[in-house]
Amino acid sequence: MKEKIVVKDLYKIFGPRPKHALTMLKSGVSKDELMEKTGHGVGIADVSFHVNEGEILVVMGLSGSGKSTLVRCINRLIEPTAGKIFLEDIEITALTKKELREVRQRRFGMVFQHFALFPHRSALKNVEYGLEIQKVDLAQRREKAMQALEQVGLKGWENSYPSQLSGGMQQRVGLARALALDPDIMLMDEAFSALDPLIRRDMQDELLTLQDKMHKTIIFISHDLDEALKLGDRIVLMMDGMIIQEGTAEEILAHPANEYVQKFVEDVNLSKVLTAETVMKKPGEVASYAYDGPKAALWKMKQAGISSIFVQHKNKLVGIVSADDASEALKKGEMNLKNIINTDITKVLPATPALELFTLLGENSPLAVVDEDDRLKGVIIRGALLAALSEGAQNNGSV
Amino acid sequence: MDLFRIPVGRVIELGLDLITEHLSFATKAFSGITESGIRILVDAMMFFPPWALIAIFSVLAWTLSRKKSVALFTLMGFFLIWNMGLWSPTVSTIALVLIATLIAMIIGLPMGILAALSRGAYRVIMPILDVMQTLPAFVYLIPAIPFFGLGAVGAIFATVIFSMPPAIRLTCLGIKQVPVEMIDAADAFGSTTAQKLFKLQLPMATPTIMAGINQTIMLALSMVVIAAMIGAGGLGGEVWKAIQRLEAGRGFEAGIAIVIVAMVLDRIMQRLGGKKEPV
Ligand SMILES: Nc1ncnc2c1ncn2[C@@H]1O[C@H](COP(=O)(O)OP(=O)(O)OP(=O)(O)O)[C@@H](O)[C@H]1O
Ligand SMILES: [Mg+2]
Repeated sequence: MKEKIVVKDLYKIFGPRPKHALTMLKSGVSKDELMEKTGHGVGIADVSFHVNEGEILVVMGLSGSGKSTLVRCINRLIEPTAGKIFLEDIEITALTKKELREVRQRRFGMVFQHFALFPHRSALKNVEYGLEIQKVDLAQRREKAMQALEQVGLKGWENSYPSQLSGGMQQRVGLARALALDPDIMLMDEAFSALDPLIRRDMQDELLTLQDKMHKTIIFISHDLDEALKLGDRIVLMMDGMIIQEGTAEEILAHPANEYVQKFVEDVNLSKVLTAETVMKKPGEVASYAYDGPKAALWKMKQAGISSIFVQHKNKLVGIVSADDASEALKKGEMNLKNIINTDITKVLPATPALELFTLLGENSPLAVVDEDDRLKGVIIRGALLAALSEGAQNNGSV
Repeated sequence: MDLFRIPVGRVIELGLDLITEHLSFATKAFSGITESGIRILVDAMMFFPPWALIAIFSVLAWTLSRKKSVALFTLMGFFLIWNMGLWSPTVSTIALVLIATLIAMIIGLPMGILAALSRGAYRVIMPILDVMQTLPAFVYLIPAIPFFGLGAVGAIFATVIFSMPPAIRLTCLGIKQVPVEMIDAADAFGSTTAQKLFKLQLPMATPTIMAGINQTIMLALSMVVIAAMIGAGGLGGEVWKAIQRLEAGRGFEAGIAIVIVAMVLDRIMQRLGGKKEPV
């Protein structure tokens, strides 16, 4: 995977003499002390991370943890105090003003929490703004802007003014304004936080659909675990201006780096409410060790639309057979599942907390939920677990 | 106290002398331009018979304010003025106000923009405005006389200085009021400072700037009246004459005319300054 953006040892200190404050901070003065003694506030401190090409990286953290500061440092809306930022082989932090303007025009699209649309311009003129700045001629920028509006489902609204559009529609305009420039990176600072929950879910879906086609590199700021789980290929967690954990949704849910993350994870859900029983799916088709051969097992998998099937013997779970192995066996003319059955399966009880399931869940193989008698009660696959968790978060009404 | 008197007045006199001597080319240029400006404007307005000009003003008031009531008020008010025999001084007062406002805007808007964009300029300009606004109006007449002598040009000079502060202040305020997130958006798309100013900040500041211009016009009107003391003429001149001749009725008539002019200008400007509904 190619690293698109690399951030190294980044600091941002607010105040009249940030460099001086930085040396103090580095020499071990605490943030509170720094604030008290010199009036300097630490926005972000010693932050390093990277963003892979084509991924959605969600930066998550409580209010004041430095998320906005971080994302604004990346296109230097906020000038970092120290550290380096690279976009491929361009060192953003070393660009002159003019070069920076060019990079902003061609590479970065930005979407804002409160939309930041220009109220004196129609939707179309808002979307055109970036192209207008680049002095693209009228016909061409009209066309591109119309395309972008169409992409976000706002065809027919181009002459409306922001004040005439609903919040969701305004943010679509905001999205279109960024997309019209066809940037390879999108910076989205709490882009959906100001929308009400239903619209917000729509917009998340929409973003994912667009992303399937566009493969942009997206840095998405959020303070909402649910949103992070849904959108993020990877998640960066911030606290007090520092990164405290970085990883996939599963990694963070399963191994919270400290109490703060633990709390974050718990606050938004779930572990106590959701158990294996509530997130599992009914097993549907199950193969019988005694009666079914590879052919029958394959047929059952096809019926259920699955790629591996659990095998029971005398009402007890004994193993799992994959479709690949079954077709191999079929070619060899084998008549039973004896040679291809994999008995190394992970079983959990229905009452197992959902968060523990992540640790147990392998990349591809599903988890089996069994009762005390080893009878198969249900199946847990990764996608379904994540979906159940994020739904649970919404139903709990948190955030 | 008699032993040593701090020579404040003396120093200022010396300073003024210095300026009049060495900046005579500038004061002469200013005189030339304003004098011909006033003459052209007054001649143009006096070219029409009063009833025609009143009709034109009323239509103008209607198109600018988009309100019948304002047009009607203009029509009736100006007819009353004509009827009282004050049409000619009214025309010259309006001309003085317009010229002074125009000059105040030409100087004030760029200063306001500068104060909004540069912290340094802000720190210099704002205290000066504070002082300017605390001085009583007729103090400005004093330097006007040595620079330009008695008459309309000196009056314009004093009026411009007196009426400019709100134009500067509100231009600055309007620009600074643009929400940070929008400025960020303009920056994030790679706008230059000029693009940001003309495509975002000024359009968004327009209502506030208009309010500033409205205040400038009102101040200009009041100053033009006071400037009758140095021979500005117009409606102020009528009041001044009435005071000297103890003609209370005549003085009140001129006063009523001033109020009418003020109200017409205010109503028209208020509508201009109000937010335009997007259609
Ligand atoms: N312009 C500024 N001047 C001084 N301090 C600032 C400035 N901007 C941010 N800060 C401080 O930096 C810290 C991080 O702020 P930031 O806005 O990045 O947080 P955030 O994670 O985006 O919070 P939120 O969820 O509320 O948007 C805060 O303590 C804030 O007070
Ligand atoms: Mg923020």
